[in-house]
Amino acid sequence: MSSTVAARILAHPFLAALTGEQYAVLAEDGTPVVFAAGERLFAEGGIADRFWLIERGGVALDTRVPGRGDQIIETRMAGTVLGWSWLHPPYRWHFGAVARVPTDAIAFDAASVRRRFDADPAFGYALLRSFTPVIAEQLQATRLRLLDLYASPAQARQAEIQRADT
Amino acid sequence: MTTMAEPAAVLPRLYRVASRQEDTHDTVTLQLTEPAHPVPAFAPGQFAMLTAFGIGEVPISLSGLGDSGDGRAQRLQHTLRAVGAVTRALHATQPGGLIGVRGPFGTSWDVPSAAGRDLVIVAGGIGLAPLRPVVLAALADRSRYGRIVLLAGVRTPGDLLYQDELEWWQRNGVEVALTADWADRGWSGEVGLVTALIGPARLAPGNSVAFVCGPDIMMRLTAEALVALGIPADRIRVSLERNMRCGAGWCGHCQLGPLLLCRDGPVVGYDRVAALMRVREL
Repeated sequence: MSSTVAARILAHPFLAALTGEQYAVLAEDGTPVVFAAGERLFAEGGIADRFWLIERGGVALDTRVPGRGDQIIETRMAGTVLGWSWLHPPYRWHFGAVARVPTDAIAFDAASVRRRFDADPAFGYALLRSFTPVIAEQLQATRLRLLDLYASPAQARQAEIQRADT
Repeated sequence: MTTMAEPAAVLPRLYRVASRQEDTHDTVTLQLTEPAHPVPAFAPGQFAMLTAFGIGEVPISLSGLGDSGDGRAQRLQHTLRAVGAVTRALHATQPGGLIGVRGPFGTSWDVPSAAGRDLVIVAGGIGLAPLRPVVLAALADRSRYGRIVLLAGVRTPGDLLYQDELEWWQRNGVEVALTADWADRGWSGEVGLVTALIGPARLAPGNSVAFVCGPDIMMRLTAEALVALGIPADRIRVSLERNMRCGAGWCGHCQLGPLLLCRDGPVVGYDRVAALMRVREL
């Protein structure tokens, strides 16, 4: 199983910086999974005990807004990683996630990966170096979306009024 | 490029609105016709100065193919958003109404020079309108190009232009990926920034030419992401807009450093403007 998983990790663009040995180590904690369209991967506030490499399909991150239901925060496509709340305490999901279409992924046991971090700091450093750019990109993308770049002047004014009212 | 000798650069020609398609709540595509005295043919990427008589004149890029086959533009398509007095008046012009047209002005996307390569078309918001002629030109001469990849970002799904046409493009081999800043569960595209579409598109940077249009910040970030992927800056073309007035490089209102964008733009290689796009107030 792990050699198959290692090959699939190798084919995934997210972890391209790992060494061959590190791929093999990580593969020990990986399991292929399949999600049906609409299937929830995790719920907001739940224990963050996994992360996933999305190979096919796509996932929506969402949050429950009173009176408006589940709102999509952003989506993750094939070729990306899902989940970093497992990296730091309290190891709880900040948002929920649901498969938008049939989705193939590799799920990793977060607690086991963290133990490997402690046992092999070089491995932990390599994996964190893969996650950090993704986290930074998401932060920058969120900041830019806050600018509401595509708004017309009228839409921008309306948004300002709404912000001032809340 | 229009020269001083071309009267269409100075005096508006009267075009009649033949059809008016409402694309979104604030955006329309006008089909204009003038069989008798048309302006010269437009190339994809060039723009016209459109006049709402009694109100004013604004630069609007071509959003269709602007050549009736005889080197003149008997028919023109312009997609415009109602944001100010002039564009609101143009937006409200009904079939049969008259609009003034000067042009064509500026540089083109120069689609033929990308022959043999993949076309990577990245649009933000209404930036899809000036890029539509790139798609149409490539589809009209499909065998000359490799992949045609269209990545488009919008504010909300309701702001997406040419929704019916996008499906036709996909059926004809255009790889389309869409993303919205905000969307509900009925939206089948992605939710996030347009740059997030670049990685999953699995582009071939060594054989790609990029065409980018949208807000300045979006174009800069997209161009940086494409450069990081390996597409050389001189194979990334952006469409810049400043305060276009005369359209022929005479008045200087549209100056961007050493460039007069109505003449030297709007389409410029990113290698020429990367530094200029970082200068405040330029």
